Amino acid sequence: MEIHKLTVREMRGLIKDKKVSAVELTQAMFDRIAEIDWKINSYITLLKDEALMRAREVQERIDKGKAKSALSAVPMAVKDNICTRGIKTTCASKMLENFVPPYDATVVKKLYLEDSVLLGKLNMDEFAMGSSTENSYLKITRNPWDLERVSGGSSGGDAAAVAAGLTGFALGSDTGGSIRQSAAFCGVVGIKPTYGAVSRFGLVAFASSLDQIGAVARDVTDCALVLNTITGYDSMDSTSAKVEYPDYTGALINDVRGIKVGIPKEYIGQGTNPEVKKAVLDAVEILRRLGAECEEFSLPMTEYAIPAYYIISSAEASSNFARYDGIRYGYRAENYSNLLDLYKKTRSEGFGTEVKRRIILGTYFLSEGYYDAYYKKALKVRTLIRKDFDDAFKKYDVVLGPTTPTTAFKIGEKRDNPLKMYLGDTYTVSANIAGLPALSIPCGFDSNNLPIGLQLIGRHFDEKTLLRVSYAFEQNTGFHKIKTGVRA
Amino acid sequence: MEYEMVIGLEVHAELSTKSKIYCSCATRFGGDVNTQTCPICVGMPGTLPVLNKKVVEYAVKAGLATNCSIAEYSKQDRKNYFYPDQPKAYQISQNDLPLCESGYIDIEVEGRAKRIGITRIHIEDDAGKLMHDEDDAGSLVDYNRCGVPLIEIVTEPDVRSAQEARAFMESLKAILQYIDVSDCKMQEGSLRVDVNLSVRPKGEQRFGTRTEMKNLGSFRSMVRAIEGEAARQIEVLNNGGTIIQETRRWDEQQGLSYSMRSKGEAHDYRFFPDPDLMPIVVDKKWKDELKNSLPELPEARKKRYIDQFAIPGYDASIITGSKALADFFEEAAVISKNAKAVSNLIMGELLRLLKEKGMETDEIPFPAEYLAKLVFLMDRGVISGTIAKKVFEKMFYTGKDPKIIVKEEGLEVISDEKALLEVVMEVIRKNPQLVRDYRGGKDKVFGFLMGQAMKESGGKANPQIIKGILKEKLGEVDNS
Repeated sequence: MEIHKLTVREMRGLIKDKKVSAVELTQAMFDRIAEIDWKINSYITLLKDEALMRAREVQERIDKGKAKSALSAVPMAVKDNICTRGIKTTCASKMLENFVPPYDATVVKKLYLEDSVLLGKLNMDEFAMGSSTENSYLKITRNPWDLERVSGGSSGGDAAAVAAGLTGFALGSDTGGSIRQSAAFCGVVGIKPTYGAVSRFGLVAFASSLDQIGAVARDVTDCALVLNTITGYDSMDSTSAKVEYPDYTGALINDVRGIKVGIPKEYIGQGTNPEVKKAVLDAVEILRRLGAECEEFSLPMTEYAIPAYYIISSAEASSNFARYDGIRYGYRAENYSNLLDLYKKTRSEGFGTEVKRRIILGTYFLSEGYYDAYYKKALKVRTLIRKDFDDAFKKYDVVLGPTTPTTAFKIGEKRDNPLKMYLGDTYTVSANIAGLPALSIPCGFDSNNLPIGLQLIGRHFDEKTLLRVSYAFEQNTGFHKIKTGVRA
Repeated sequence: MEYEMVIGLEVHAELSTKSKIYCSCATRFGGDVNTQTCPICVGMPGTLPVLNKKVVEYAVKAGLATNCSIAEYSKQDRKNYFYPDQPKAYQISQNDLPLCESGYIDIEVEGRAKRIGITRIHIEDDAGKLMHDEDDAGSLVDYNRCGVPLIEIVTEPDVRSAQEARAFMESLKAILQYIDVSDCKMQEGSLRVDVNLSVRPKGEQRFGTRTEMKNLGSFRSMVRAIEGEAARQIEVLNNGGTIIQETRRWDEQQGLSYSMRSKGEAHDYRFFPDPDLMPIVVDKKWKDELKNSLPELPEARKKRYIDQFAIPGYDASIITGSKALADFFEEAAVISKNAKAVSNLIMGELLRLLKEKGMETDEIPFPAEYLAKLVFLMDRGVISGTIAKKVFEKMFYTGKDPKIIVKEEGLEVISDEKALLEVVMEVIRKNPQLVRDYRGGKDKVFGFLMGQAMKESGGKANPQIIKGILKEKLGEVDNS
C-alpha cells in the first residue's frame, strides 16, 4: 500500500479500522521522506523522534477510545514561519536560523488538540518573500512534477511535500498568493481563508494586513477538514473575526446548479499563457455543463493590484522586520564597534537580498514626503479593489480564473528579474488586498505535463461556496487524483 | 526689551492598570529585572498585541476630566525607530486620530485665573529601561516597563511662566490621581514632563523658535529648567543671536541646559496605522458610563470645602491638591465636627512633618480618625492647643492613638487650682522686675508672664484658670 498517496480521510480510515497504527503511519511517512525528500528539499526540520513519540501517545489514546477527531494520528507539516514551541522556526532565514520560540501558534495548538502528528517544518522563501522558494537561505524546494522547476512560493515546501506524499496535509501562509500559487504549481489544493478567519497568532508577520494562514492538501475535502480545526475566533489576535464558523464539510455537495460564476476578463487576457487560459475556459465549460451560470465581466482595478500589493506589503514588512536587530534573539553579527554598527552588520548579514530589497522599498514608501504618494495612494487603491469585488459579488457567487499566468517556471529563470517574478502574483494578490477567501485546485496539465491551477475567490467568510464549487468540479473531473511520478 | 515666554507641555503619565497595554504582564513598579515580561511585550516573532480595554477606559476618563472631546473613532499607529529599549523597534502610539482632543484645565496663579488648553491626549506603550553595566561590559535592558500603558497629554502653547507650568502640572496631577488613572509618582517615572519653550518680545503675536527639554524629573526641576532656558534664549537674542530649534538636556546639578540634537537631524518615525490592531470605537453609551463614573474633581471639591466646612480658600486649594490629603481631611473633619481645627493641624503640622520626612500625602502614618480624636481632646479641654501640637508630632512618629499618648505622657490639662497657684507663685518669684513693671501700670507684660506660667506648667495648665489666678495674684500684692 502506498500510504503517501492517500488522502487525510483515507489515512484516518485505516487508523480507525486498526489496519494501520499511528506509529506505522508516521514511520511510513518518514520512510517516504527519507526516500524522496533529498530530491525535493521540502523540509527544513524533521521531527522524527518527536513525531514517533507523539504517534505512540495518540495511538494509546485511540486504543482507549479517545482521539476520535477527523485529524487524529494524521501526519501534518507546518511552514517554517509558523511558530512551534521548542522547535526551530527559521523562516528560512539566516536571521532566525536557530530561533526556537517558547510558544505555539494558535493553529498549531488547535491541531495538537486534534491529535494530529507533526512531522516537521517546511521550506519557504525567506520570511515568505518570494514566489519560488529560491529566496530560502537554506535550500530550494524542487517541483515534484519536474525537479528542474520551482515548487512555487513562498509556501513551496508545503505544496511540494503534499504533492510528493511527504505529509498528510500542510499549513501554509498566504500574503499575496503563496499557498494558491504553489498549490497550482504542484497540482494540489490550497486554500487561503478570509482574513480574520484563522488566527495569525504565532505566524511570523510579513505583512500583517495581508497575511493569512491556510491549508494545503490533496483534495477539497481534506482542506475542509483542516479548515474545521484551524478557523475560529482567537482572543490573542485582534484581527480575528467573531463570527459563526460553519462545519465546512457541510459544503461538500456535488451540485453547482444556479451558482453564479464570474470570470474577470483581465484574468484571461494577454498576460496569461494560452495553455493555462484553455484549461481555465475548459473548466468554465465543465461548470456550465453542471448547471452553473458563468459569464465574463471586468475587474477594472486589476492592473493596480500588483503595485498596491508591493507597496502595502513592503511598508508593513519594513516595520515588522525592524525587530530583527540582533539584540534579543536570532542572528547577531560579530565584531561590531557600537550599537549602530551592530544593527547594520546584523541586518546586512542576516537578511537575504529580496528581504533587504523590500525593507528598503517599504521604508521609502513610509518616509516623510513619500507616504502620500505611495502608501496612502496604495490604501486608496485597496479600497477601490475591495469595491470592485463588492460589486462583483452582487452579481456572482464566485469569481473564477487561473491561479497563475503560467505553470511552474524553471529554477533560476526569474531569479534575476524580481519584477517578472512579482507579476506572477497578478491574479492572487487581490484576494489578500480585499481580505477574501480564495482557493486553487488542479484543472489540467500543460504540454510539459505541469499542473495548472484554477482559482476561485469568494465572498468574505463564504468559504463554503468555494468548497462546494471546487468539490463539484473535483468530483466531475478527477485532476486531483493524478499523482506525481516522483521516485527515489 | 521685555520678553515673554511661550510654553507648551508634553506630559507622559503611566496608567495604573494592573496589566500592560497589549499583554497580561503586571505593571507593578520595582519588580526584579525582566520578571514582568512575556513574548508579546518583548516583541518576539509571531506575537500580536491585543489592546487592554482598561487603558482606553482610563484615557477616556482623563480626557473627560480635562474637558476634552472624546473621539468616537480613533486608531493606533506605529512610530518606527531603532533602539534596544524598544524590542519591536516601533512604539504603538496614536498619530492623527487621538482618543481625546480640545480640552482644558483652569489654573490659578497669584489669585489670577487662567485656562490652559489641552490639544490632545493619546495612548501609547512605554519602552524598557537601559541599564549601563558597572563593569562597562556593555548595556543591559530591563523590559519590565516595556508595554506599560501611557497617556501623553499635549497642551496648547498657553503657558506663560514657570509658575503657570507648575500650577498646571499640580492641577493635572491632582486630577489624574482623583480619577485614579495614574499614581503620578515622578520619582518612579510614572509622571514625566517635556517642556517646549520659546520667548518673544512682549506684544509680539508670532512665536519665536522653540527648544524642547525632555523628561524633567520633578516640578522643581521643571521650574528651574524653564527659568534657566528662558534666560538663555533671551541672552542669545539680546546678543543678536538666533535660537536653534533643538532638543536640549537640562542638567539639574549645574542648572544649565545643553544641546542634544537639532530637529534637522530628527527622526523620520514613518508613522502608519498598526495593521495588528483594530480601530478604537468609543460609543456614546460607553462614554456616558465613564462620564458618570467620574468622581468629584479637585475644583469642585475645593469649592465644596469652602462652602461646607468654611475653611479658607488657600487651605482648601492646598488640601484638595492631593486626593489622599483631601480624603484624609474630609474624614477627620466629619468625625470631629471641627473642620477648622483639622485644617489648621493639617496645614501647620502635618504638611511640615511630611515635608521634613520627605513623605507623600498618601503616606500619612496614622488614620484620619486619630486626627479627629486629637481635635476632640482639644475641644473638650482635655489638652491645650500647645499640647495638641506635641501630641500630633508624637502621633506622626509613633502612629499611636492620641488618647493613649496623652495618658501615657500625662499631658492632660491641669485645672486643679492649688497646683496652678503654685505655678503662678513660682513665676512671680522668678520675675520680680516684670511683676513690678506690671504693678507699675505696664499691662503689656501680662502676656509675657502668662506665657511664662504656661511654660512653667509644661503647657498643661488650663489657660482660663491659670489666667485668673495670675491676674488675682498680681493684683493681690498690688493691694497690700
